[in-house]
Amino acid sequence: MSRSPNLPPPPTEPAAAGRPKRPPGALVIAIEDVVKLYRMGTETIHALRGVSLRIHRNEYLAIMGPSGSGKSTLMNMLGCLDTPTSGRYEFNGKNVAAMTDDELAAIRNREIGFVFQTFNLLPRSDALRNVELPLVYAGMPPAERRARARQALEDVGLGDRMGHKPNELSGGQRQRVAIARALVNHPSIILADEPTGNLDSQTGVEIMALFAELYARGNTVIVVTHEEEIARHARRIIRLRDGFIESDQPA
Amino acid sequence: MYELTEACRIALAQIHAHKLRSVLTALGVIIGITAVTLMGAAIHGMDVSFDRSLTLLGNDVLYLDKWPWFNVTDWWNYINRPQLRPENAAALNRIIAQTPNSNLEVAAPVCVYMVTVKAGPKEVSGVFLDGTTSLFSALLNDDFTAGRFFTAEESDAGRQVVVVGADVADALALPGQPAIGRTLTLGGQPFRVIGVLAREGPFLGRFSYDNQAFLPLPAARKYFGTPKGGGTGIRVKVKDETRLDEATDELIGAMRRVRGQLPGERDNFSINQQQAFKSQLEPVKHGIAVVGLFITGLALFVGAIGIMNITFVSVKERTREIGTRKALGARRRTILLQFLIEAVSICMIGGLIGVATTSGLAVFVGHSLPKLPLSLSPVLIVVSLLVSVLTGIFAGFAPAWGASRLDPVDALRYE
Repeated sequence: MSRSPNLPPPPTEPAAAGRPKRPPGALVIAIEDVVKLYRMGTETIHALRGVSLRIHRNEYLAIMGPSGSGKSTLMNMLGCLDTPTSGRYEFNGKNVAAMTDDELAAIRNREIGFVFQTFNLLPRSDALRNVELPLVYAGMPPAERRARARQALEDVGLGDRMGHKPNELSGGQRQRVAIARALVNHPSIILADEPTGNLDSQTGVEIMALFAELYARGNTVIVVTHEEEIARHARRIIRLRDGFIESDQPA
Repeated sequence: MYELTEACRIALAQIHAHKLRSVLTALGVIIGITAVTLMGAAIHGMDVSFDRSLTLLGNDVLYLDKWPWFNVTDWWNYINRPQLRPENAAALNRIIAQTPNSNLEVAAPVCVYMVTVKAGPKEVSGVFLDGTTSLFSALLNDDFTAGRFFTAEESDAGRQVVVVGADVADALALPGQPAIGRTLTLGGQPFRVIGVLAREGPFLGRFSYDNQAFLPLPAARKYFGTPKGGGTGIRVKVKDETRLDEATDELIGAMRRVRGQLPGERDNFSINQQQAFKSQLEPVKHGIAVVGLFITGLALFVGAIGIMNITFVSVKERTREIGTRKALGARRRTILLQFLIEAVSICMIGGLIGVATTSGLAVFVGHSLPKLPLSLSPVLIVVSLLVSVLTGIFAGFAPAWGASRLDPVDALRYE
């Protein structure tokens, strides 16, 4: 993101061309002409220079691009961690661009399940408590959220590891806990940022299989990655370059 | 609601995970709270012993004197006042008897002498000898350990009898000999002991009936004369201590009649009461309280800065965790609460230990130095715990506020 190459922006294909051929579900995300500027000292960095994108229910897409392409910025935007400088962003028909911090927090809590490259589990809490956390913030009573968290852990195959702390789990198991945590509040989208980046290739394959399974069960999965291998699992690949969408094609 | 229990759980887990750090941080608060509560206990103890002392003077007694007890800077206005005379008391009693619904009960003259008291081989100097009448017994709220006060007959006839205070009795006691019936030599004259007063305890460390002796006024005047200056006074008992002001006004009027003062003339006598002590000492007490609490408050302030510092460190260390929590849907308030409760918890623990330390010290001091006033009231305990909570809020607010305002993107990227 810190690089601003002097290359002329490559021609972008119309967003419509990239839509999946299969008739999709309801529209979840609609981004129109989103621009994001960062100010670093006296320099202004154009992280996104006008991006338009539509994502429907039960899509499985990968966002790719070299570093500095605006990939991370787009992911933060999609994850409602950040708001655009200009342009429209509608999540389930609600205008996210105009929301306050706390309204964004509520959207993240209910609509988005995050999976991070570094897992980001709370080190001193066991797997069950980690998975419960989004439900705590959703204001769910303890008994109910415990049952839900247990179910989510069983769904990712960790029914026997609930009382383990993160440092007692392998990398793949930690990422499964993180995925269970992302799923536990039944979000509209699952947003994974380099989910296999800290895993060996064998474990990476297992995690990607888990994403495929989630997709098959009707979830909407967005994976941000720079690895072709990983992106190939998705049904649709969006490539970014210099803050523009370079291509948006079915895989 | 669940956020709150979650915040408490996180706070306790955090304190548990950093035991040494938490204890060291709490130490500042422990010292601060201990200092403040000790100061509070000392001030309260001072209050209690002061009030106890004042009741010895009597809530319901007016002291009619030539001089006011306090605030005499213009002494030339007082020096030429006429002496109070014991006969004035009798005149006052006549007026009281004539006044319907009088607020005053009885007036008794008191002439004070300082003499040496001897009993066989033993000798006590510096005893206050009060020459008075039998009416004085109405003003004594003490019990007798033995004997009685002198009667009207004894008093009028000027019999050579004496009632002694507890310290005087102790100082002159001979083993195996009862105090009652012994003959004491007061200023060279023999007096027979007819009563011993129960111990009162010291008043502001000095005056009390314990080191006094009472004898009939005619006998006292016969041998020692009538004291000059402030040596003669009249004590007037009031019927209802809640109507002290009316009683004072009535006494002023009565005394002006006795003295035959003209309207517009300034009173040529003073009426004193225990309230004068109070109003004299109140500013001193307040001064001690303000200065003491300010200095000990500084100790607490230093403790608060320690808490603030450690909370800043805690926020810095857990920046990524804050980012994760925000990504999972924690609102600003949730994060604010989490760190605020952490700071308040450490302060509460510090406060509890501090109050416990003070309680221990108060008990210890109470045992080893009973004269040192130190009193820990339940109100003080509650207040100091409240103060430690407020300290936590004060110290934790800035770092917690900063944490709640962190940008989730920056926080997640923080290394």
